[in-house]
This record gives sequence, C-alpha cells and structure tokens, in this order.
Amino acid sequence: MNEVSIEVERVARRYGRRWALAEVTFQVPAATVMMVAGRNGAGKSTLFRVLSTAIRPDRGVARIGGFDVVKHRYDVRKMSAMLAHHNYLYEALSARENLQIVADHLGVRRDGVPALLEQVGLGARAEDTVSTFSAGMRKRLSFARVLLQEPKVVLLDEPYGALDPPGFDLVDEVILELKRRGTTILMATHQWERGAKLADLALVLDQGRVLWQGPADEALQHEPKGDTEPKPAQSREAARMAIAEAKC
Amino acid sequence: MLTAALRKELLIQWRTRSQLMAVFVFGATSLLLFSFGIGPNAQALRTFSAGFLWLALLLSSTLTLAESFHAEMENRALEGLLLLPANPRALYYGKTIANWLQLTILGVALVPVMVVLYDAGTTELLKLLAIIMLGAAGLAAPGTLYAAMTSQVRAKQTLLPLLLFPLIVPALLASVKATSLVILGDPMQQVKSWIGLLGAFDLIYWSLCGLLYGRVIEE
Repeated sequence: MNEVSIEVERVARRYGRRWALAEVTFQVPAATVMMVAGRNGAGKSTLFRVLSTAIRPDRGVARIGGFDVVKHRYDVRKMSAMLAHHNYLYEALSARENLQIVADHLGVRRDGVPALLEQVGLGARAEDTVSTFSAGMRKRLSFARVLLQEPKVVLLDEPYGALDPPGFDLVDEVILELKRRGTTILMATHQWERGAKLADLALVLDQGRVLWQGPADEALQHEPKGDTEPKPAQSREAARMAIAEAKC
Repeated sequence: MLTAALRKELLIQWRTRSQLMAVFVFGATSLLLFSFGIGPNAQALRTFSAGFLWLALLLSSTLTLAESFHAEMENRALEGLLLLPANPRALYYGKTIANWLQLTILGVALVPVMVVLYDAGTTELLKLLAIIMLGAAGLAAPGTLYAAMTSQVRAKQTLLPLLLFPLIVPALLASVKATSLVILGDPMQQVKSWIGLLGAFDLIYWSLCGLLYGRVIEE
C-alpha cells in the first residue's frame, strides 16, 4: 500500500511580527482525509505551504511519511503534491504543454496527459494558452497537474474555489478515487458541509491556533465566531504565548 | 532533467519572441545614441565601437534576464517546479543556457548595426562570433542568478544592474578588449590571451552560480 501519514508538532510560522501559525499540533493517519477549516487568515494556507516545503516553519516539526519537511525536503516533495492558491501554471503555454513540462520534470511519459485533460474537462481546450482560461479552468488544470504526480499525500488548498457545480462534483470524485487508492489527503475548504461529507477527520484553525479537532461530521458545530482578522493585540498575545511555550 | 528544463525555457522564449525584437530595438537605439556622443569623427567611432557594442548588449541583457523570470513568478511557476521536485541546478542551467542563446543572438544581430553606425567591419567573423558567445556566457551565468535573486523584489529593474554590473566587469573588459583587437587589428597576437581569460571567467561564473542557485530560489 502507498499509505503515508502526516505529523505536525507545535509548528509555528510568522510573517514579520505576526504569527500566522502558533503551536499547531495534529496528526493525519495514513489513507485518511482531513478537512482543515477556518476563516480567512486562520493560517490554513501557511500550514499547507509549510507541509509542502514551500516555506519553512519558524518552530516545531512537521513530518510526511516520517520525513521531516525541513531536513528531508526532497523526499517529502517526491511523495506529495499540492493544489495551491497560486496555480503554478505558465500563462504563455497551452494546457497540454503545461502538463508535459510537469511530466518531463518528473521523468514520466507524456502519454497520460491527454487522458488527464479529458478527466478534468479540458480535452477540447488542450491547445489553448492558459492566459485565455477562466479561474475555474485554471483550477481544473491545476488539479490535473496534481494527479499527474501520482502522490501519496495530497494537499488541497481550497479545491472548490472558482469552480462551477460540475467542477465541485469533479473534485469530489477525484478525492474519493484518491482515498480508495490509499492516498492521505489534507483539504482546506470553506465548504464545510461538502468537505465534512468526504473527510474522516477535521481540524478547525482560528488565528493560527487549533481551535478544535475531531471527527469530520462534528466539525460544523465548531465553526469559529467573531472577527475574520485577528486584532493586533491578539496577534501580539499569540506571539508571546508561542515564544513562552517554545521556551518551556 | 536538464533537457526538460531547457526545453521548457526554449518553448517559453519562442512563445514570447516579440520580446526579443523589442530588446534588439533597444540595443540598436543605444548604439545610435552612443554614436551621437562621439560626433562625426570616423576614427574615434571605429576605436570605441567594441566598447559601445558590449555596452549596448549589457544594457539589453538586463531586460532579457529580468524578463526570463517574469513567467516563473506570474503564478509562482518556479515554486511549482521545485515542489515536483525538480533539481534546482538543472533549472538553473536550463535557464542560463536559454539566456545565453538569446544574448548570443542579440549580440550577433547588433554587429551589423555597429558596422553601419561606426564603420567597424571585420573579416574575422568566426573569431568575433566566438567572442560574442563567450562574452554572452559571461553575462548569462551571473545574470540569471541575480535575476532570480531580484525577481521577487519590487525594485528589480534597478536592483539587477546594481548587483550585476560590478560582478561582470572582468568578463566585460576581456570581451571589449578581444572584440576591439578583432576590429582594429591584432599585430601582437593578443586576442588569444583575452579569449582565454574570458573562457576562464566563464568557467568560474558557470560553476559558482550553479552551486548557489538552489540557495537563492529556496526560502
């Protein structure tokens, strides 16, 4: 089996003086889907960028399949794929060329590219440049990019964002298919109900901290209330607490 | 991996080829403006032609090099490649070779403009081509590294020349001297030593910059 777990221990990350993540700890068992929920600025994307090795945590340890995301970046990258806010696409190139570049860098055959484009509903637009694509089409192409990597761990940051209803169904189908294959999935979404149906576990983040974690079907009862953005005083307090706890 | 990186670079360059034309026009205009500085003195124009050719290529190169990272930063495509994972060194050499080819083409295209404006012709075309190739290699290697470094900052168009120009002075000096000897004549057979020096600088730049690139593009 291709089963790989995710472990996050007291991970903290700051941008300037503001802590985007403070002391986040959780685990995702192998072949499990975890939904990560929280308001804008809760730290979801930062968490995903840390796990994907795009950025380093300032404190704490995160491991994917037992490999540390800082010390063994290359191993982590080999087994994981991320659907990010930034779609990682070349605007001047066509959909087919974008996927072929990925295939070439991965050292896999290009034969699978047309089928993947069909799967995400872009078969008819394969030769069109990405600059002519809508946001939803870019998201579909990014999804094809993730699938081409055949990862053991998938990090999906807002997979439903910019998609139309058929696109929502496509994402659901792909997640279920990946789950059947034993892929571990971490999915950040604002679609609480939809995400909870697909996920086994849920993690609710609020102002960079874990507000709640548990079974996905109970997540709806733990939606954070209040302001979207943390107040400066709260951020400073969170930072002080994170530093004090790190020293312990 | 290097083949994949180079193929991608050449594909993107081909799709954005109108940019190269614009850079050529910029370089040719620079040559024209330099000639105004000298005035109608045919001997002086010919004497300084090599220096002006390399200055025009140097100024044009900052545009080409900065532009080569535009596509990478647009949707964080470079980060996407690194997370695949792609080898940073292969990415560097792919981009540097593509930039080197582009600068060589630009340099070769500027030669006829120089000949017309400065009356600085030569029959040693192969030797001139070799110097342009080596000089362009000297610009491309550190230029690609610094373009990567400055691609994420706001004042990249200012910062790139500020960082790049002091570093490439030795290669630029050797290129100008060798080109000048080819155009004005080389009775003491000095051109070979300048070409050798240029080759040595290229070797150092290409080795060191390849080693440093991974650190520059990773957080």
